[in-house]
Amino acid sequence: MNGSGPNLSRASDWTAWPKILLLASLGAAALLGCFSGAIDRYYAGVLTKVGINIILAVSLNLVNGYTGQFSLGHAGFMGVGAYTSAAITLFVGPEILPAGGAAHYAWAAYGLFGGALLAGGLTAALAGLVVGAPSLRLKGDYLAIVTLGFGEIIRVIFCNIKSLGGGLGLNGIPPYTTLFWVFATAVVCTYVVVTMVHSTYGRGFIAVQDDEVAAEAMGLNTTRYKIVAFVVGAFFAGIAGGLYGHDTLSIDPKGFGFMHSIDIVVMVILGGMGNTPGVIAAAVVLTLLPEWLRPVAEYRMVLYSFLLIVLMLTRPQGLFAWRRKSRQFQA
Amino acid sequence: MRRPGDRPPAVPVLTEFLQQLINGLSLGAVYALLALGYTMVYGILRFINFAHSDVFMVGAFAGYYAARPFTIGFAGTGPALRVNLGIGTHSVSGGLLALLLSMAICALLGIVIERLAYRPLRQRSKLTVLITAIGVSLLLESAGQLVFGADPKPFPELFPVREFSGGGLNVSSNQLLVIGVSALLLIGLQFIVLKTKMGTAMRAVSFNHQAASLVGINNDRVISFTFGLGSALAAAGGILYAMNYPSIEPYMGILPGLKAFVAAVLGGIGNIPGAALGGVLLGLIETFVNGSHYSTYTDAIAFAVLILILLFRPAGLLGKVVVEKV
Repeated sequence: MNGSGPNLSRASDWTAWPKILLLASLGAAALLGCFSGAIDRYYAGVLTKVGINIILAVSLNLVNGYTGQFSLGHAGFMGVGAYTSAAITLFVGPEILPAGGAAHYAWAAYGLFGGALLAGGLTAALAGLVVGAPSLRLKGDYLAIVTLGFGEIIRVIFCNIKSLGGGLGLNGIPPYTTLFWVFATAVVCTYVVVTMVHSTYGRGFIAVQDDEVAAEAMGLNTTRYKIVAFVVGAFFAGIAGGLYGHDTLSIDPKGFGFMHSIDIVVMVILGGMGNTPGVIAAAVVLTLLPEWLRPVAEYRMVLYSFLLIVLMLTRPQGLFAWRRKSRQFQA
Repeated sequence: MRRPGDRPPAVPVLTEFLQQLINGLSLGAVYALLALGYTMVYGILRFINFAHSDVFMVGAFAGYYAARPFTIGFAGTGPALRVNLGIGTHSVSGGLLALLLSMAICALLGIVIERLAYRPLRQRSKLTVLITAIGVSLLLESAGQLVFGADPKPFPELFPVREFSGGGLNVSSNQLLVIGVSALLLIGLQFIVLKTKMGTAMRAVSFNHQAASLVGINNDRVISFTFGLGSALAAAGGILYAMNYPSIEPYMGILPGLKAFVAAVLGGIGNIPGAALGGVLLGLIETFVNGSHYSTYTDAIAFAVLILILLFRPAGLLGKVVVEKV
């Protein structure tokens, strides 16, 4: 694997001290959290969106980019996480939080929120396992359609659960999401994905992406690798969903449909599949783009889809693929 | 495609069964028409043409605009696209002309999409093509929103509608028309694929691109033809679908498109009779679920069917199991 070796090691120049980088980024997130009061509300809202999209894009990149499995159901997992964590803070929270409300017991509320996010992530991971175990034996297009179908099934199921608000969704979710929570999660998510892929075990993901048949012939359990990638991706999508729900304060089944999944996929593609810094950059740009394009809102989607086609025709490796041009090498 | 609430209450079981059968067949016929386009393109190029469901939408809109001059209530408001076919209000011949016009427009659209978006990517990875197809689909939807407007539009009565009822059964002429037109188109397609030179070429290309070009088949032309044919069928499907639904809008194609793809997989992707069978079966399943207590789950049923079929018979009902060679 001469072709992939140098590229991976070159990529590691910014991952040489992953733990230091992790701590530094967490510190930056904490700093950002401290000063979040000073940031304009609008910008804080946009920043929160940026952070959530970074989590979604980086976690999907593990599945779509590194492992090469085309999933179109990421928003579905996000929905599972959003509903689980919102249900916990809405229905369980008042039971266990001491009287006097969250305002007096900030740490209790933090603990509750952290637990809710974790529960949301775990439920989404479980959903990922349930969907992934049977469908990851399929390849390419089929997997795309199954994951897409799964997203639709989730939507219909949420519409039918009366206790979760049915088609109207859940409202009045407590506003627990802060910039610190969002960026700390984004940092942890990026750390986990990057260190996982660059570990000895993680080479398996890239092997599956490069050539599934060859990987299998080398004795890798490809299905298992795909499921691991899928479950980890779903876990972080679930957490992102929890953050999203506690930021928008109301969620409904429509928000987690096919179109949202496509948005995340486009971030991964634009960033360059399997190129984490590029994907982060794409998540930032694509979150800010609609804000910039507000004056021409009605042409936004036309522009967006047109750019996607042009990009695929001219630069399929992604806009931000400056680091590793191509992991594949022609025979 | 009558909603359960429209039925008179307390009908005997057999009548209800027949009623649902007819409803299901007319829905299934539309799925079948749409599924054929997916299956033909998949058979030849091995990728899911996500934009197909939007060609279906454009087909319905083409019918809408074609029909405007000869529908009631048209007072010459917009000079934008006034196609006057010179035929009286909703007559059978006028409806058929609108249908043919829409099929022609969409055939052209399909060929243009293939030429501009997919042909340059012929040698690239399947994923790139798939994403491009998603892009084309989004482009058609958002452009449709700009051109046609986002609000749902009532679809005109293309054909004179008559209701037949008797013995507790309620059948509208539209439902019969959908079944009849679809059956005719299916027979026509089968004729093209099996008896004509182009059809033979299509089958040859779907077996093996290289071998086909070695015997002198122009692959590009065959692929263009396939896209045109599939898109024309999608347009017919769009109009037939719109006839039984109250309104059309730019995003109307997404769900029927996904379901039609499921139908194609159910029948065995790449297999033309399989797509027709899958479409009809899926339409029946959906209609019967819709008539039962689980009607709110109707939209999820297709995907449940998909997951089951992929688990237990990935090649589909009529498909052949292909062993992957390295």
